[in-house]
Amino acid sequence: MSARLLPKALYALAAGAALLLGLTAARADELVMVRSLQAFPETMLTLQEAIRRHGYVISRVQRVDVGLTRMGYKTDLYRVVFYGKPEEIRRLRRDYPDLIPYLPLKLSVFAENGQTLVVGVRPVALWAFFDHPELFDVFARWDRDLQSILDEVREAR
Amino acid sequence: MLTGVNAAMGRREYKQGMIFRALSSLSLAAFLVAGALVPAHAAPDGALLYARNCAACHGADGRGGVGVPLALPDFLATAPDEYLRKTIRLGRPGRVMPAFPHLSDAEVDAIVRHIRSFAPGVRPRRLPEGPVHGDPKRGAKLYARHCAACHGPDGEGGKGTGVTFSRPRDLPIIAPALNNPGFLAAASDAQIKATLMWGRKGTPMPSFLKQGLSERDIDDIVAFVRSFERRPHERRAALKDEPPVLVRESASDYAATVENVKQAVAGQNFRLIRVQPLEQGFFPEGEASRAETIVYFCNFNFLYKALAVDPRVGLFLPCRVTVVERGGKVLVMSINPKRLAALFNNEELDELCERMRGVYEAILEDSTL
Ligand code: HEC
Ligand code: HEC
Repeated sequence: MSARLLPKALYALAAGAALLLGLTAARADELVMVRSLQAFPETMLTLQEAIRRHGYVISRVQRVDVGLTRMGYKTDLYRVVFYGKPEEIRRLRRDYPDLIPYLPLKLSVFAENGQTLVVGVRPVALWAFFDHPELFDVFARWDRDLQSILDEVREAR
Repeated sequence: MLTGVNAAMGRREYKQGMIFRALSSLSLAAFLVAGALVPAHAAPDGALLYARNCAACHGADGRGGVGVPLALPDFLATAPDEYLRKTIRLGRPGRVMPAFPHLSDAEVDAIVRHIRSFAPGVRPRRLPEGPVHGDPKRGAKLYARHCAACHGPDGEGGKGTGVTFSRPRDLPIIAPALNNPGFLAAASDAQIKATLMWGRKGTPMPSFLKQGLSERDIDDIVAFVRSFERRPHERRAALKDEPPVLVRESASDYAATVENVKQAVAGQNFRLIRVQPLEQGFFPEGEASRAETIVYFCNFNFLYKALAVDPRVGLFLPCRVTVVERGGKVLVMSINPKRLAALFNNEELDELCERMRGVYEAILEDSTL
């Protein structure tokens, strides 16, 4: 095979293999993960402000690292942020009880060498879990909001 | 028996379930494509695409994180563009590195150019085409002696991934899986050979020429690594057939069931963290509905190990069971960790999620009897 043709052939192969592997490899779009160039406390502030600005309430911040440290484990900073819109949470837990274990929404935040990572399940990934048509719109809206919140985190300096 | 919530409640039917499922995957695809689009006329911005898709794991400057470093001169010198492109497209199934099938060719190329910019002076070496010929049987023995300690006896890779969460680790960089279909599809024999000959400075991967192996030894090892391709790779597809929610109906009343859950949690050697209404934190005290009670719990030893396997496990935290009262029935519900595991592309995490599913089922079972 000539060197010119090779890349094209490789692409065809790669595309075919991607289809096959797609069954087993998680696609990049089911989880979101962003790196903030800010340190941990600043990232927590940026994130919480962005969440609130998008109309959500933060119901709790779970300090995972504190629990671990108290139990004698060495760990870096690690928090879980729970959030949602009160009336929406109320309506969804009432109308869609199967969604309850996934409520409220949450994001994990952890430190890495002076920078900070924020991870979440993409709300649209829940489409595969729940068949209710009304929830498609809800998940899509949450997803747009989450992308926009995380854009703020990624761009904060 | 586990039952669906709707079955347990006898309220709703999924008549059009299949249609919605099909629609949902279609619209998901459409949504993702739309979301990933850059205006068609503008040349894609590699730095931006990298920041959005890769930097979280590989570091803003390519120096590694949850993912391995990409900026190393020794890596970029032996990694052809096709290798980078295919690695992006295919990912590494089961090894955290996701597949990016939705990026356009131009976007993938822009990302590759951006990765090259991490080491501007380094051009990829011209590597010979075609297979490397060696004796895989002899290679297997050499592999066991020289490689298995880091890459695993069957090429399954080191425990954990990349450089990972900032805590003490045995190695600064975890050895990648060599039996991975994504890796084997992307890497040519010549590239694997070059990596073995020269090693990668700045990582634990040594040069095996310097370690005293001959070129023939190295060819034999390459032939052995290539033979991983012919072994069956475990399929993870079954995870996606798992139900997203575990649920059981309780034989006791609401208050007694909450108490039962607390006891069941202790019985599984988990520590109770908090018991609260689902709506707590969203409404003022007294206005939060009491129709659902969340019981949060944790096993710190288990958690510590899980964080070392994958720092993203925070998304499962803290462990939680919810007691729900609806229409005279009391249900005990939880997420299904095994279903969520499908989103993480990490085989090591799959095992932990399997165990967590067992714990949840035991708690649901014990608290509803
Ligand atoms: C969720 C984390 C994650 C994301 C996001 C991610 N990677 Fe990776 N990547 C990894 C891990 C982990 C490995 C090592 C796999 C192993 O250990 O087997 C890896 C391996 C690689 C390799 C192979 C490196 C080598 O030494 O051969 C390349 C190239 C790569 N990633 C490029 C990318 C690019 C480009 C992107 C963005 C389009 C990206 N990755 C996004 C985690 C990630
Ligand atoms: C001391 C541990 C160690 C030993 C021994 C070792 N490796 Fe590695 N190897 C690594 C690490 C760590 C990396 C990842 C380097 C990086 O991030 O670029 C690696 C990378 C590689 C790669 C590139 C994989 C990729 O995804 O790009 C190949 C191929 C490889 N090793 C093969 C071997 C073989 C074959 C042997 C035995 C002859 C061997 N290694 C011995 C630690 C080791």
